[in-house]
This record gives sequence, structure tokens and C-alpha cells, in this order.
Amino acid sequence: MKPFRIGCGAGFQGDRIEPAADLANRGALDVLVFECLAERTIALAQKARLDDPTGGYDPLLERRLRATLPGCARHGTKIITNMGAANPRAAAEKARAIVADLGLSLKVAMVTGDDVSDQIAGYILDETSQPASALGQRMVSANAYIGISGIVEALAQGADIVICGRASDPALFLAPLVHHFGWAMDDYEKLGRGTLIGHLLECSAQITGGYFADPGVKDVPDLAHIGFPFADVTADGNAVITKLENTGGIVTPATCTEQLLYEIHNPARYLQPDVVADFSKVTFEAIGKNRVAVRGATGQPPTGQLKVSVAYRDGWQGEGQISYMGVNARTRAELARSILDQRIDAADIDERLSHLIGSAEDTRLRYTARCTSAATARLIGEEVESLYLCGPAAGGGVSKSVREIIAIASTLVPSNRVILRSDILGANNEAT
Amino acid sequence: MKLHDLAHGRTGDKGDTSNISVIAYHAKDFDRLLAEITPERVAAHLNQPAGAVTRYVLPQLCAMNFVLKGALKGGVTRSLALDAHGKCLSSVLLEMPLTSDSS
Repeated sequence: MKPFRIGCGAGFQGDRIEPAADLANRGALDVLVFECLAERTIALAQKARLDDPTGGYDPLLERRLRATLPGCARHGTKIITNMGAANPRAAAEKARAIVADLGLSLKVAMVTGDDVSDQIAGYILDETSQPASALGQRMVSANAYIGISGIVEALAQGADIVICGRASDPALFLAPLVHHFGWAMDDYEKLGRGTLIGHLLECSAQITGGYFADPGVKDVPDLAHIGFPFADVTADGNAVITKLENTGGIVTPATCTEQLLYEIHNPARYLQPDVVADFSKVTFEAIGKNRVAVRGATGQPPTGQLKVSVAYRDGWQGEGQISYMGVNARTRAELARSILDQRIDAADIDERLSHLIGSAEDTRLRYTARCTSAATARLIGEEVESLYLCGPAAGGGVSKSVREIIAIASTLVPSNRVILRSDILGANNEAT
Repeated sequence: MKLHDLAHGRTGDKGDTSNISVIAYHAKDFDRLLAEITPERVAAHLNQPAGAVTRYVLPQLCAMNFVLKGALKGGVTRSLALDAHGKCLSSVLLEMPLTSDSS
């Protein structure tokens, strides 16, 4: 059986688009995955949706799809993505409009059910030891990290583009492997292996030499034109990780090992919705230039619980920065800091932090605080700015900012309480 | 000699927990690193309380994975630090001096 080729076109919301287009055009992929959600991204998307009911999905969705759909359509490559964020339906409708605009004939599906905000009230949050209901109006969103079932169902329905919200990152890759190879949902060795492939690919260039270069020690060729990764997966769940010819970057056992351990905590128990993956015996073997064979993952049954991220409003952060250069720069910056310490004394400051960045001749003061009210947060930058006239000599280059803090807490809910569904847009079974 | 001379690594984060890998360039150095780069020394080097650091070992990859609970001052959403993710911690850890003289 021919290997199944699965590539990664984005590892976070702000990722580069050009390498994804290159993969779509030249990779002859079976599947292209865009992984665009981090812990906080979905909360920010939920806020955007509150402002605009047709928003709340990935702001780069249109650019990413327009750049990759022609190549994907040519090669019969399916697209799977969590760019639906807080609004998979709006994202899927947008995708359908783009497909039509490009004159293509592709089925778009959405997977929903990860939003559990209406049933989370009674669950105790790890970070606050209080039920979620105690957050009251401060709660912004609650999303479960869902597994593969909704995506597999969408693929079985013939979807060419599958758009979901908060799926577990590796699930975006595991789902098409399960669908293609027909792996059983209790074949935990295969599910563990597919999870490994997903985990290795999900951060895009982080396995092809991105986030790796340390000049003179770990050099990466042509990092400016780094290529994104893909895997050739065989039916046993093992794979070769590689990238396209004539792209920058490197794929070696060293890049693979850094990515293997990235954010997994205990390598023997990587908790996923459909499997507890075990990466503790994984091996990497260089079998050619920029080609690494991956073997040895396995898995155990899942815990029966899904992680839920609960986002809530948690005050405001205000910040200001100002630079001092030349003679006595550091001394003037220190004076500026002590002036701010005296002037800024609002009662609702929870925590403040200031530091001097740079050299003794080129010093930038950064002054920031977490506050209960937006007004106090604004005051931080205003007081830094007023150092122009009311501070030490020759300060310049002030910048200031205010942002609302969206904090994340987590809890667990039983998997069987999270009901997923997939719908092909425009089909008879579509939810209305 | 610094850890940076013998190993590389990467940092990631989940909530308030930091995850730092340390990977030997050469298998011959791994036993020495295993003996020297203990959870206690990592905690001390990164100003974390003793006991906050757990180490996982993957001998076939000459790799260790350190998990630091509560290391990120509330995590990326609440921390006031410039590098709220703690992404720089791996490079800070690689500054650790190696003490034994077996080099």
C-alpha cells in the first residue's frame, strides 16, 4: 500500500503562508492540516464573536485557503483545520464561498460540539478551586479538547475541507490516518503512533529547523526559506518525516527529538482524547538527506475525560516604555523608574514589574502592572509618557499599551458528556 | 565547560508549567549529563523551589525532559514578564556550568 502523505500548513495562528502554498502545489499531499489554535486563541476568538456574530474564526483563514486551495484541488488533497476557532459554522460558510469563488467543486464540513460553556457551571477549576459558575459574567468561553470522531465522520461523509474549533492538535492529523487506514478505535498502538505523527508535525517548521538555529552550534541552512514538514505514513503507523526539495531548513534526529519533547510533560503518558500516547520508546533514524524514520510509539486506553479550557476576564495590563541613551543613560533610567514608583499608587494594582533593558549607554525602561480597572492600566502608559516633560533629561521613544487579560483555567469533563457532530454545508442533513 | 557545549534543548509551556528538554549531542556524554543535570540543580539554576522539577529520561534519544510546575508566574495569560511563555528558559538552562572534570 502506498504511504499516506500528510503535511502541516500552519503551526499557529500567525504562521507563514508561503511554505503552506509550496506544500499544496508541489507536495502531492493526501491531507494538509492547518493547526492554528493556542490555549488563549479561542478565548480571543470568542471575544471577537461577541462583537461580531459572523466573526470569531481565524483571521487568516481566507488568505490561507486562497493560497492553498488551487494546489490542493489539483492533487486531491483534503484540508483539515481548527481555524473555525469560536465559530466553525461561519468559518465553513466562508470557506464554501471561497471555494465557489475559485470555481472549485469541493465539499466543506464543520465539526461542532467542543463549546461546552452551557454545561460547565458545576465543574471545579484546577487553578481557582472554585466551580466555573463562580466566574459569573467574567467567563468568556469554555471549550473541550475534542478527539477525532467528528473529523473522521466528516471524512466518511466525503468532505474535502473539514473545519473544527478546539480539537486536540494531534487529533487533526490522527483523524485522517484512522479514516484512511481503517484503524480500530481500540488499536491503541496505532492511535499512539498516529498521535506521535500529529505531535511531530503540528508545530510546522519546528521540526524542519525552525526554532532550532543556534549559530555556530546548531546551524540551519537557508532558514529564510524554510519548508514545512510532511510525513509519509505506512499502515503500521510508522512514518518518515521530511520536507520538499529546494526549501530551507533541516530534518534530523536532533530536530525531531526537540519537537518530540515539546510541551508533552511525561513522555510515557501524553494524554489525548482518544488515547494515552506513549512516546517513551520512540526512536529516530536518519535514512537520507532531510529524511528521518520515526518508530516505536504506542498507547493505552484514554482516561475517559476531556480537558476543558475555561477563559475568563482577569483585569487589565498596562505598560509603558521609554529609552535613555548616551552618557549616564542607566542612571537616568533608574531615576525615571523611581519617579514612576512614587507617582503610580492606585489601590487596584495587583502586581507591578519594571526592568531596565539594554546596556549602560542604551537603556530602555519597561514599566508594567496588572490592575483591576482599565483606567489604572491606562495610567501606567500615561505616566511613562509624561516623563517626557516631567522626568529625567533626554528620554525618548515612548510606547504604551493596555490589554485586557484573558486568563485560562482548566478542568476535566467526562468524554461522553461532549456530543460532537459533523455537517456537510449545503447537504440535507445540515443543522439549521 | 557549560551544558551548552554538550547539549541542546527547547522550551514549551502549558498554563503555568514549563517543559524544557535537554538533549546530548553525543551519546558518550549522556551518562555524565544524567549524573550532573539533576532536577535539584535545574531547580536551583532557574530559581525554582526544590521539588518543583520533575525529570523524565529517554536513554535511546540521549534526552531528558524537565517539567517545572508553577514556573511561569501564572502563565502566558497573567505573567507580566516580557517572555511570558518562558520560551527563553532552555537557553538559560544551557548556561549551567558543568562541575565534574571528566572533560
